[in-house]
Amino acid sequence: MNEIIKTADIVKKYIMGSEELYALNGVSLTIKKNEYVAVMGPSGSGKSTLMNIIGCLDTPTSGTYELAGQNVSELDDSKLASVRNKQIGFVFQTFNLLPRSNALHNVELPLIYAGVSKSERIQRAKEALEKVGLADRMMHKPNELSGGQRQRVAIARALVNNPSIILADEPTGNLDSKTGEEIMELFDSLHKLGNTIILVTHEDFIAEHAERIIRLRDGKIESDTLKQINKTIET
Amino acid sequence: MKRLLNEIRESVLISLNAINSNKVRSSLATLGIVIGITTVTILQTAIEGINRAFEKSIASVGADVLYVQKFEWFGRDDWEAIRNRPDINWQQYEYLVRNIQGAESVCPTVATGSTVTYKDLSSENVFIFGTTDEYQKTLGLEVSEGRFFTGRESDAAFPVCVIGHDIKESFFGNTDPIGKTIQISGYNFRVIGTYDKMGSMLGLFSLDNRIIIPIYVFFKIFGTRRSLTINIKAPSIEAIDDTREEVRAIMKRARKIPPGEKDDFGVNQQEAFRQTYESLTGLIKTIGTSITLLSLIVGSIGIANIMFVSVKERTREIGIRKAIGAKRSTILLQFLTESVGICLMGGIIGLIIAFPLSLLIDKLLLPTVMPLWVIFLALFISASAGIIAGFFPAWTASKLDPVEALRYE
Repeated sequence: MNEIIKTADIVKKYIMGSEELYALNGVSLTIKKNEYVAVMGPSGSGKSTLMNIIGCLDTPTSGTYELAGQNVSELDDSKLASVRNKQIGFVFQTFNLLPRSNALHNVELPLIYAGVSKSERIQRAKEALEKVGLADRMMHKPNELSGGQRQRVAIARALVNNPSIILADEPTGNLDSKTGEEIMELFDSLHKLGNTIILVTHEDFIAEHAERIIRLRDGKIESDTLKQINKTIET
Repeated sequence: MKRLLNEIRESVLISLNAINSNKVRSSLATLGIVIGITTVTILQTAIEGINRAFEKSIASVGADVLYVQKFEWFGRDDWEAIRNRPDINWQQYEYLVRNIQGAESVCPTVATGSTVTYKDLSSENVFIFGTTDEYQKTLGLEVSEGRFFTGRESDAAFPVCVIGHDIKESFFGNTDPIGKTIQISGYNFRVIGTYDKMGSMLGLFSLDNRIIIPIYVFFKIFGTRRSLTINIKAPSIEAIDDTREEVRAIMKRARKIPPGEKDDFGVNQQEAFRQTYESLTGLIKTIGTSITLLSLIVGSIGIANIMFVSVKERTREIGIRKAIGAKRSTILLQFLTESVGICLMGGIIGLIIAFPLSLLIDKLLLPTVMPLWVIFLALFISASAGIIAGFFPAWTASKLDPVEALRYE
């Protein structure tokens, strides 16, 4: 049983004045462990809403969502926070680091909320930063780092608690294409190490890195294609 | 438990960081708290100081003693109406002693300031106290060295004296004063006794800078034209009201006041002193508490305001923290810690201001004492103000929707 994500008929409805707006209108999908998925779609297609629900930042109006075997569609605020802390690693387009804290502390933060002891925290945060190639930048604050380095810190933060999935929302959107490519290579290598990665993007060359592309339109899954790669040879 | 400790430590770090990066704003916000805490601390140290001084002074005055004097201690009459009252004279004293039934002992006292010399040492404005041998029994003076004068010495106007602690110190230092001769207003007196340090009356005048001599000697040197105080010791505290009524009746007869007319003298007692004192400190307390409360309310509103700004400014940060696993309670704790931190800072600044100020007041105005509990009280009040002021902003922060908060620019 290595289905990490299983959604059934997810609906997210917003009420704008007298109008009902369906951001998601019946999305059912299954994502397995160590899959590398890109979610694509034009703006307004519902991909951000889907991201928020998968990331447990938001709950669906109806439908069920099971994350690592746990039904999370009906959890309360505090339980959702704990699920986000332990199961999900977020990577945002705008990095979303704490500006006044150095790289190490930013990476340490999820472990603080998880109640990990200080010495273990430091140890694990350092390992995560080494994994993303920032061993020599631990004491720098975000404004002393380049965009690519900031995104690496954010990735280290996403990794540090060994989450079930890494959710990346337009992770290269604020980077030049060369740096963006480097970040994507980092995701590729994390995937090879066994992580489950979900990318949200509207750029095809980013989505190319994934093995599976889900396209959304008007709150529904338009297509769901598995790429044929000769990856099997490597593993 | 461990998790909570972690979160508290993280909250404290965040708060220090936030306060540190908004120094001016935090300091201005905490001004109200600073003023409040300074007031409450000064007030408490002053009241504590006065209380202790009062208790010490009152202890040197018997609770079962009545003082017949020309004026009431806390009279409410116009000065114009009472300033022509006749003095209390020796005849009235003798009349009272002859007639009183319910009294343990009676003694007259009369006082003046004079210059005292010993060899080449001299002291001005020493309090010279004339009385009889009954003084010791009536007012309970403890003689530490030597003895008090006897009835014979008193009646025969022997030039002997009992000296207070300060006089002994300044004239004799560590040497034995008994048997030495000092000059009071130029007349020779033999020192026959000393008494221990008694302190001062409310810090106003020292009871130790005093020399007690037989009253007839006093009259010879300084004349008889001073109004006397007649000190009457009641048989017991319970009997003091009866004794007072008896004294009033006798004094009225002695001063030829028809029954029904107002007294033209005061029968004073410590109790009146205490009552007036308590209503006075009560008033100080009420006014001070009002000022404190007001400035704390204003201060808390300021803190609440600044916390709302802080929450608004850090909406995105809250979103990030929530996304990576901060619970509502974590965010609540974080902002409460910050507001308590600002208020505690204000409290500590308040204490730092209040401490030298209370020392200054002690030197210039009133005795003050800063006990440890006042410090704890001040810190407790400021922490409470922080919790009250910070709760609503922190609650707002904790309820932010992470999706919205992350989108906030």
